Amino acid sequence: MSNYLERGYLEREDLPPFPPEERLTSGKPVAYIECVQPIPCSPCYESCRFDAIQMDNINDPPKLDYEKCTGCMACIRVCPGLAIFMLQIKDGKGYVTIQYEFLPWLQKGDRVKLYNRKGEEVGEGTVTWALNPERNDRTQLVTIEMNKDLIYEVRAVRKR
Amino acid sequence: MRLESHPIVDFKRGKEVTIYFNGKPVKAYEGESVAAALYAAGVRVFSRSFRFHRPRGFFCAIGKCSQCMMEVNGVPNVRTCKIYVKDGMQIRTQNSIPDAENDALAIFDKIIDTVFPHGSHYKKFNRSAKLRELATKQMRKLAGFGNPPKSVPDVDAEYEVIETDVAVIGGGPGGMSAAIHAGKYGARVIVMDENPFLGGQLVKQTHRFFGSAKERAGTRGIKIAKILEEELLSYDNVEVRKETKVFGVYGNEVAAVEKDRKLLRIKAKKIVIATGAYERTLIFENNDLPGVYGAGGVQTLMNVYGIKPGERGLIIGSGNVGLILTYQLLQAGVDVAAIVEAMPRVGGYFVHAAKVRRLGVPIYTRHTIVRAVGNKKVEGAVVAQLDDRWQPVPGTEKKFDVDFICVAVGLSPAHELLYHVKAQMKFVPELGGLVPLRTRYNETSVEGIYVAGDVAGIEEATAAIMEGRIAGLHAAMSLGYGGEDVKKELEEAVKDIEAFRAGPFGERICHGLEKCTLEKEVSL
Ligand SMILES: Cc1cc2nc3c(=O)[nH]c(=O)nc-3n(C[C@H](O)[C@H](O)[C@H](O)COP(=O)(O)OP(=O)(O)OC[C@H]3O[C@@H](n4cnc5c(N)ncnc54)[C@H](O)[C@@H]3O)c2cc1C
Ligand code: SF4
Ligand code: SF4
Ligand code: FES
Repeated sequence: MSNYLERGYLEREDLPPFPPEERLTSGKPVAYIECVQPIPCSPCYESCRFDAIQMDNINDPPKLDYEKCTGCMACIRVCPGLAIFMLQIKDGKGYVTIQYEFLPWLQKGDRVKLYNRKGEEVGEGTVTWALNPERNDRTQLVTIEMNKDLIYEVRAVRKR
Repeated sequence: MRLESHPIVDFKRGKEVTIYFNGKPVKAYEGESVAAALYAAGVRVFSRSFRFHRPRGFFCAIGKCSQCMMEVNGVPNVRTCKIYVKDGMQIRTQNSIPDAENDALAIFDKIIDTVFPHGSHYKKFNRSAKLRELATKQMRKLAGFGNPPKSVPDVDAEYEVIETDVAVIGGGPGGMSAAIHAGKYGARVIVMDENPFLGGQLVKQTHRFFGSAKERAGTRGIKIAKILEEELLSYDNVEVRKETKVFGVYGNEVAAVEKDRKLLRIKAKKIVIATGAYERTLIFENNDLPGVYGAGGVQTLMNVYGIKPGERGLIIGSGNVGLILTYQLLQAGVDVAAIVEAMPRVGGYFVHAAKVRRLGVPIYTRHTIVRAVGNKKVEGAVVAQLDDRWQPVPGTEKKFDVDFICVAVGLSPAHELLYHVKAQMKFVPELGGLVPLRTRYNETSVEGIYVAGDVAGIEEATAAIMEGRIAGLHAAMSLGYGGEDVKKELEEAVKDIEAFRAGPFGERICHGLEKCTLEKEVSL
């Protein structure tokens, strides 16, 4: 077994396969789930109306079928582990949508610092879409535009 | 120190009032506990310990550690975390001259241990009865357990007798769920909680919960508390008594005191004990300094009262509570220097660890806290690496400048009331300590006495809700309510909890349960 539990973050070999480039550039975002440990949790599975998330039982880690995922974002709204990210590549730019629960709330156009899974700063990005936090029980969803290679590692943002 | 804005919680503060701390006015808001109000005003040392005159602050914030005892309106030894501010209230520090902050007798802390090492008072002054009497008298004076008020109020106490089908002790998720599911099938139910609010530990869980949608996963703990309360209040046959502390269970009678005045005697056919848990502490140098808190204490301060616990903290323990608390501190704008974990791996769910890691909080596995640094309150902490025999490795000490330390090393069932009814108990480490033997339907070895939630074994709020459901349904069923419907639901409830515990995180719980499940056959 991998030692991600010693570190508290996933390395490349622990991660599920990334969505294929064609799907990332298909015009709709695609969900990417970083939830690899068996825990008794299933709201993502229950919220997906397109059968894109498979789970044998409540303890089974979710597996995502990138072809079936429509990018509807139902799962990322409810994930208590903040472990689902929406990825997309458009016009050569990368976009990551994450759950955000800090003050001040983010707004379209804000510049933010980008952090990887270890909490290291890896660049800067711009908020291109921000859901009103009140619309999702105060878990804001924000889409950040960034260098397209960064979508595989940026997992947190902060406004400074 | 009071938070004005927070991403998740809106703090609705009550009317502004003034309380007096050693005679000095302190601004507070109705609804705040005395301890919280003093904390917000910057008071860290509440009293002095009676032997060494060590500074005492607060620790658990749920009335279960006694660190916060002070004199309130002339009554000594009041747990100030469980008493709420009223205009004009007089609060005084105990066991200190002239006050707790600058206590002259604190000198004992330095010298007493050389003269009277631990335990020596059992041996010294024993030979002559006269000497013993004298010594005891003098020591009592120094120790100072507080001075009882000179006069007793001259009013008749109120008294009420209540008859009901099911009495539920504790209004946390376990208790509320038990009451809902007994009430749903028609049983008359009374729920008692010592807090002025329902929800138990849920009222400070601002994060979204795990589990399945049926258990409201993806919903915040604070919301779940509201949802349960609304459902509970929708049944006319369910009565709720807040600020009601149960102090005894005698056979099938429950004795409680409501709003500090009124005595209740409840005759119930079935009793559900859902009293929750205590926070555990950890042994390290200076672990009694103000500034060393239980995880729940910090959560209460921050998420219930909207008071910042400090500027920068250190978290001991990487279970879910430690990880979630870290995230909540960051949300409140408090820095977390690190999470320290003695085990070689993170104890809680990985996704929670990932959440704080990517925000830059380091997690030191195979590390422990060696000592808290500070004089009257925490000013820092020293952490060291552990070797394979769990011994600190010399030379690996790291010092963190922090103004508080959170001990999140687990909970123990709050099991006192179970002794009153003489329930058979067993020490089961997997479940967090002494727990009652129980059937699959959560009935203890004493007929008609049920348990639900953390008091039956430390688990999660979701498990507490499921257990409460089982206990409530079984209690209602055995009183003849519900017919076939209740049996069907009970079977379903047992299946649900089995599925919930089927994963690796449930393995330990299942092991524990094997040791304390009564094979008393209960026919459905
Ligand atoms: C500090 C802390 C942090 C936690 N964090 C999480 C978390 O992040 N996620 C999660 O899923 N779970 C968490 N838990 C666990 C979860 O909150 C508990 O498993 C759950 O609340 C247990 O429910 P319960 O009903 O058994 O007890 P509680 O919620 O503790 O409720 C017990 C109630 O009984 C009342 N009571 C006790 N004795 C008496 C008496 N004699 N008379 C009257 N009333 C009494 C108490 O006031 C309290 O309201 C945490 C627990 C604690 C203590
Ligand atoms: S984004 Fe929509 S379709 Fe894709 S996995 Fe999530 S819920 Fe299913
Ligand atoms: S909802 Fe989130 S945490 Fe829960 S199983 Fe799905 S991805 Fe994992
Ligand atoms: S009893 Fe008040 S802080 Fe623990």
